[in-house]
Amino acid sequence: MRTRIRPLALLALVLALSTIVAACAQPSPTPTQAPAPTKAAATSAPTTAPTAAPQPTAAPVALKMTCRCVEGGVNANLVKWFKTYLKPEFEKQAKAAGKNITVDLVEFGGSDEELKQQYALDLKVGKGADVMAFDGFWVPEFVAGGMLKPLEEIGGPDVKSWEGWSHIPAGLQQLLSYQGKIYGIASGTDTRAIFYRKDIFEKAGIPTPWQPKSWKELLDTARQIKQKLPDVTPLQINAGTAMGEATTMQGWDMVLLGTGIGMYDFDANKWIASAPGIEQALNFYKTVYVDEKLGDARIQLLKDGRNQSFAGFRDGKIAMLVEGDWFWRSVLGKGSEWEIPNRDQIVLWAKMPAIEPGKGYKGQDFVTISGGTGFVLNPNTKYGKEAWQFLAFMNSKEALTAYQDIEPRTRVRDDVPITTDPVLTAMGKALMPLTTVRPMLPEYTKISEEAQRMTERVVSGEMTPAQAMKAYADAVKQIAGADKVIEVK
Amino acid sequence: MDTARGVLSRRGGLVFLAPALIFIAIFILFPFVWVFFLSFTNQTLTGATAVQWKFVGLANYRDLLDFSKWMHSGEFGNALVITLKYVVGSALIGQVGLGLLIATLFNRRKGILREVLFTVVILAWIIPDVVIAFAWVAYLDRDFGTLNKILHIFTPAQIDWLLEHPLESIIVFNTWRGTAFSMLLFSSALATIPPSYLETAEVAGASAWQKFRDILLPLISSHILTDMIMITLWTFNTFTPFLLTGGGPAFKTELMSIYTYRIAFKYFEFGRGGAIAVVVMLVNLTLALGYLAILRKQAVRT
Amino acid sequence: MKTVRLVLSRILFYVVVALVGTFFVLPLLWLLVAPFDAKANLAVTLPSHPTLANFRAVLQNSFAMRALARNTIIQAGGTMLGTTFIATLAAYALSRTAVPAKDLLVYILMLFSSVVTGTAAMVPIFLLIYHLGLIDTQLAVILTLTGGLLPSGIFMMRDFVEGIPRSYEESALVAGANPFQVFRDVVLPLVRPGMMVVAIWAFVNAWGTFLIPFILLRSPENMPASVAIYSFYTEAGTPIITLVSAYALLYTIPVVVLYLLVNWRYGFRFFGGIKR
Repeated sequence: MRTRIRPLALLALVLALSTIVAACAQPSPTPTQAPAPTKAAATSAPTTAPTAAPQPTAAPVALKMTCRCVEGGVNANLVKWFKTYLKPEFEKQAKAAGKNITVDLVEFGGSDEELKQQYALDLKVGKGADVMAFDGFWVPEFVAGGMLKPLEEIGGPDVKSWEGWSHIPAGLQQLLSYQGKIYGIASGTDTRAIFYRKDIFEKAGIPTPWQPKSWKELLDTARQIKQKLPDVTPLQINAGTAMGEATTMQGWDMVLLGTGIGMYDFDANKWIASAPGIEQALNFYKTVYVDEKLGDARIQLLKDGRNQSFAGFRDGKIAMLVEGDWFWRSVLGKGSEWEIPNRDQIVLWAKMPAIEPGKGYKGQDFVTISGGTGFVLNPNTKYGKEAWQFLAFMNSKEALTAYQDIEPRTRVRDDVPITTDPVLTAMGKALMPLTTVRPMLPEYTKISEEAQRMTERVVSGEMTPAQAMKAYADAVKQIAGADKVIEVK
Repeated sequence: MDTARGVLSRRGGLVFLAPALIFIAIFILFPFVWVFFLSFTNQTLTGATAVQWKFVGLANYRDLLDFSKWMHSGEFGNALVITLKYVVGSALIGQVGLGLLIATLFNRRKGILREVLFTVVILAWIIPDVVIAFAWVAYLDRDFGTLNKILHIFTPAQIDWLLEHPLESIIVFNTWRGTAFSMLLFSSALATIPPSYLETAEVAGASAWQKFRDILLPLISSHILTDMIMITLWTFNTFTPFLLTGGGPAFKTELMSIYTYRIAFKYFEFGRGGAIAVVVMLVNLTLALGYLAILRKQAVRT
Repeated sequence: MKTVRLVLSRILFYVVVALVGTFFVLPLLWLLVAPFDAKANLAVTLPSHPTLANFRAVLQNSFAMRALARNTIIQAGGTMLGTTFIATLAAYALSRTAVPAKDLLVYILMLFSSVVTGTAAMVPIFLLIYHLGLIDTQLAVILTLTGGLLPSGIFMMRDFVEGIPRSYEESALVAGANPFQVFRDVVLPLVRPGMMVVAIWAFVNAWGTFLIPFILLRSPENMPASVAIYSFYTEAGTPIITLVSAYALLYTIPVVVLYLLVNWRYGFRFFGGIKR
């Protein structure tokens, strides 16, 4: 009698073995020390602490930098700057100092979210490039997850003594910091405003330059455009989850700050889950998208809505668009798909007003908000000192000035002026004093998404402002914890 | 078909099975157990719980199945209902129905028409996901899409398919995408039916519908059921509609796979993601057991 | 009366076939038109600015072309070979050995594989591959994809194998051949059409897959086309239609050609269909 294989018994045995191995394979709940990589040749330098013994001058140091950039594609200017200036200059200077350092770029062509996912995986197992492009509001959750270390710990004493710090305003230093420690250096910052088309305004009989001083004035202008030019969408302001963080920053925050509050109360250190300001802001959205159809709700609900808004503005189908200065320099600029050739003549900008003068955030008449992406150092790097040297070099006056020639924008150093673009200079001058930043907390990403959802519910007509706010408040309480939340009556 | 005497000895069988067993042990069983294990923790990839995670027992499951809110949009129950509608609509009705229709129409018919049609249907199945998603977004576009251009001949209404009828759109999409498999399967199954059965019925004066209902259908019923099991399982886990709608608008097309992606990978809560995957597996298991019970009853009858 | 019915049913047949054919063809038309238009948009029209410049631009993107011409082929080819052979071996074993509850076994494995190929398992898979030291290798992608496809592959192969009468093998055994020779010389040639089906199915699955390569690969040199296509997007995350459509067409052609070849040579169908 041949004995039979008992497949189910076999299965159970393998499952049992797998359980044991899986249990042992669980990473221990402490910050991960990088295990020695099995393929690459490990050098003798320790991975986290800055090197105590000086590197022999002949030993080659190969640095790697990652960014969301592709030659000839997304963020092409960054690639250009790297290949035409950063790499050759840095390697030349290193050589002159007797060191053999090379730096190479690892291009990433996916979305921001996908880059974040790769970072999370890489940092968890102790890999990743030495210098990583990083969005400021990712920093808190990565730090809390034990995946980032302060610059000083990685780069050594050189960090503190860097000359650049004195040229970077304190507010901008905070862009990639968390709980008082700095994890990276921002590439620059941006501001947000209302961009409008002079030619459409003239056709509708509205004098330019135009600067609304309250929501009523803003909405009245929109109404006038709608009346005179029924084919044009007067006002488009971001809402909905499809546009992601762009909704929160260019849309929700711009409106909410106008009511006098932000998403987070920095004094009380708590999230504002419900408040009259939130309901006022939602009612603004309702007026624009639901009641009076001053904006095209459809664009805010479609997956590729953002580029439709760009195309609409380019084609003169949208009169006013609330966007960041990146819109001016990259989207409308030369070589872009949505390029407007006579941009400088027909596109103007205006500050976003508060609901009424003096009622905005911090008592301001006008509001704006700034974000920041930048570069961090990888705590798993083998060459902390050299990586810092490169990062500092990237943010030196010379390097940033070279970048300005490729792409002018507001740089993080105050000794690097925007020479060639008067609009950006004017925006910076007018808006930087008014700006605020997002709260740098690990739960920010989730709460931001809840805010996007809240606008989506109102814009699609699914909920009333009161209902949407209640749903938001419940979600925020769950995410942040009931003790980190306040409700303003 | 379990004969008492096999052609292969037990040892021979094990040797032949070995490569598969190794792969399955490493790449399926091991990760599965790990995911199962994770579902009882609150582990995340970033944030404090990446470093200080703990066992939370059934908390993840309780949270998913929290009946007070699980049907709200963006929650587990909502995703489950949407997925069930999607599976029934696109797989059980759509793919099976269309596959059966084509297979029956061309049963024992050869020729260029068959070749061309089969090829087109199979093309819809083999072209890469990303490409197909593009083509469909273009097809369903309100202003430029081919579908609306054609419908315009009959009606002036311009419908924004992915916005106004998102679930229906992805159901039709998935029907289009997956019919080939069912069509091939049924086609082969029908080919095994001896022509004499049909000829006898023809002589007896049976109509096409009667032939189909009384001869073809009963003979291939076990094939239909097996096909249904496979495509139910596959359809339950497809992710492609994400490329068309992103799960929206407002979670209206958030299938289980998209919901899992959001939780496990966008929010990095892979402990919770594990719980979702296990529950989905249990749902699939229930469905499979249901199918198998019907199959067994069938086998007993015939 | 009968002729009228005959004629009507014929007309009905052609009408139905036409409708079904149209249903399947329409969405694909855009793919044939847009790449050849310098100002491509989402509409299907004869190209307003017919050109091959889109293809020229795409071919110049060395990252994307290497992805397509090398990496995707390696990944899809490797997965196809691995899955087909291992599944055939396993299916043969399950069919010819007295194994109780083998149906249930395969179903359970299919269920497990559906968990493991989903996003919930992405972090464990990543960590597993990391501990095997295979991050950023094509091998990792091939092995992972093969593992995930095996249960369904075995399921499909089993019925092809079951359809072969055992008498051939029994005769060969009696004649003194060992099981390996029997498998190689008797069974494999007979089961080849089935292997073709599973091979194509595995190839097609691996050709289009995105998530696994995205998780396991890092260097741009190793990325397959499914990832590389996103390099034709703008910074805002929107596709550049001219380039994306051209690349998509290039990405599609190989898999279509492969199917047509196999269909012509071997025929692409199930034999007797899957009954259990």
